Amino acid sequence: MKKRIFAAVAGLLLILCQFYPALAADGYHYAYTYTYDYWEDVRESPDAYRVKMMISTADFADIGGLKDPQGLFVRDRDVYICDTGNNRILQLRMNDTGYERIRVIDAFTGDTSPLKFNSPRDVYISAEGDLFVADYGNNRVVRLDKDLNWVLSFLKPEDNNFDQGTVLLPRKLVADVAGRVYLLAQNVNKGIVKYEPDGRFTGFIGANKVRVNWYDQLWKMIATKEQRARMESFVPTEYENIALDQDGFFYVVTKTFKEEDLRSGVAEPIRRLNAVGNNILVQNGAFWVIGDLEWAAGNTNLTNRGPSKFADITVLQDDIYMALDSTHNRIFGYDQQGSMLWAFGGVGNADGFFNRPIAIDHMGTDLLILDEGGAYGGSLTVMTPTEYGMLVYKAIHQYRTGDYTGSAETWTEVLSRNGNFDSAYVGIGRALLQQEQYEEAMGYFKAAMDDRNYSEAWRLRRMELVEENIVPIFLVVAAILVLPPLWRRIQKIRWEVSQVK
Amino acid sequence: MSEKTANMPARKGLLNKAWWQRFGGSVKYAFHVMFHPFDGFWDLTHEHRGTLAAANFFVILLLLSRLMSLQLTNIMFMKVYWPRVNIFQQCASLLLPLGIYCGCNWGLTTLFDGKGTLKDVYIATAYALVPYILGQLIIIPLSNILTMEEGSLYTVIETAMLVWSALLLVCGMVQVHDFGLGKTLLFLFLTVVGMAIVIFLLLLFLTLVGDGIGYIISVYKEINFRLN
Repeated sequence: MKKRIFAAVAGLLLILCQFYPALAADGYHYAYTYTYDYWEDVRESPDAYRVKMMISTADFADIGGLKDPQGLFVRDRDVYICDTGNNRILQLRMNDTGYERIRVIDAFTGDTSPLKFNSPRDVYISAEGDLFVADYGNNRVVRLDKDLNWVLSFLKPEDNNFDQGTVLLPRKLVADVAGRVYLLAQNVNKGIVKYEPDGRFTGFIGANKVRVNWYDQLWKMIATKEQRARMESFVPTEYENIALDQDGFFYVVTKTFKEEDLRSGVAEPIRRLNAVGNNILVQNGAFWVIGDLEWAAGNTNLTNRGPSKFADITVLQDDIYMALDSTHNRIFGYDQQGSMLWAFGGVGNADGFFNRPIAIDHMGTDLLILDEGGAYGGSLTVMTPTEYGMLVYKAIHQYRTGDYTGSAETWTEVLSRNGNFDSAYVGIGRALLQQEQYEEAMGYFKAAMDDRNYSEAWRLRRMELVEENIVPIFLVVAAILVLPPLWRRIQKIRWEVSQVK
Repeated sequence: MSEKTANMPARKGLLNKAWWQRFGGSVKYAFHVMFHPFDGFWDLTHEHRGTLAAANFFVILLLLSRLMSLQLTNIMFMKVYWPRVNIFQQCASLLLPLGIYCGCNWGLTTLFDGKGTLKDVYIATAYALVPYILGQLIIIPLSNILTMEEGSLYTVIETAMLVWSALLLVCGMVQVHDFGLGKTLLFLFLTVVGMAIVIFLLLLFLTLVGDGIGYIISVYKEINFRLN
């Protein structure tokens, strides 16, 4: 009998075990997603994104797989992958259950030559469906209409501003509504190459400003003319990638900076450039927009260490942007104010981890990450926001559209899922500030150590306090001003009276 | 008999009224020192207007003001990372430099005809700290009234009070040791050098003692291991 009971219990336990998912079986461990708090300490966060679909090189086995894919572009529901090693562009269309292959673009028609691509590095699709291809190996950018007829080639500028000793090696590009092409080319370090719609080169955008420090200045004063000419400091600008936001501003990322310039905010690895090339990225967060704050600098066991180096960037709705870091293979999300929303990802082969991520783009709120793959072959990861991620988006959107009450409510919901999230406190605080609930707002700003907003809330609250208590304040001030002289006067009179007596 | 008892301290301890009066007077004397430093510091030690108790009182106030500023200063002006704050460490970071300063200063000046004793140096230093303490007590509530845009007022008061204290310290040293101004400044500089040396020696000593203890422990462990 005893044995039977034991067997029954054991069997029951075995069955129960089936309902317990093995921990981290899907590659998400407790620190997959994180944020930083004011003190730059890592704070665990609920996952904001999870993998929805993996499209790997094996899925293209019938057409020879993916070879060193470099470029990725999303227009509506269509995904374009530059299969660089195979000299072609793949067009996929996402649907609810998966995706379908639309076409393999490896040749086009028209009055130019060659009519094939050679290592296409990037592609941009205009709203009308025109293709702009950075045809790296053929030293040109070609514009094709949606039926793959050649329209125009953008060639090496015959302009003295452009170094005539080199060939044009187009790497990354975007185009604006009018058909102007903004190109990042290999070995061109003066910024973005700008072409007019007719193919004319009209200059560079967004070169680094030369910074002058007193030390160099001092040297220049005592140097000879020849020495000075040799010292002429030229700060090269090599942007790694470029993306357009909804307002037509460029988001660019760069890997060329000095590590020590990151923490002082000088390096600016992520920039938002306006038409004349000034960086207008808002950086109101507790720290600079530089990706990781902990670099595992002392850990020599790690091959991936050092600061984040961004390979690509994409801009979602409400000026939320996601940058793809190729040091730790992580994705960093920032809001319009430059506060970090989350960071997730890592090095590895499991879902949600990457080997050599090269490009990122978005479809709605979904993220698509292209992995060069190296020895593992290329792959495309489609990630979709979790409930938590959607709540954050909703809260930001509500605030941006003026629904402050709703925003505060949504942020409160976010907070109940992630109490470590400073942006949620700031979000509630800002919504309360808009509703003129200054004192409550101050509490939330204090929790997130947001001194600037706290100061603003306190200024308004103080004004309120002064207005409410104007009579007592006036009385106290009056008393301080009037009473001492009055007292002295009385003393004097008393003294005089006593003298008379 | 009755006269004798009147001259002797009637009661010891907290209920001694005369002691409290003297203490209160010497604390109040700090204000005189603040505004009349030359006169004040001379009388402080030579006329025994200051007391050791008052000096201790000011040092305790200094510790309290530090702790209060950590706790009560508004986040706009000071952000405190509480997980890393240790009260004893905070106190030690004030008391150790103070102690080493007094010791070094006395040790050096006494070799070069300084008139002050260690007690005099300590009392004068503590009295010189009073503006700084008052400054702290002013800016803590002020930090909760100002906004960040008006923060320069905070900084100005803080700096002004610190400078005032520094000037008082120089005056105090002049009067306590009966030095000229140049000699005082020279010895203040030498005191700083001396403090650096003392701190270096202390660290060296602690490391060596630590290593020595570690050695004995490891020998003990080794013997224990062999015997078993």
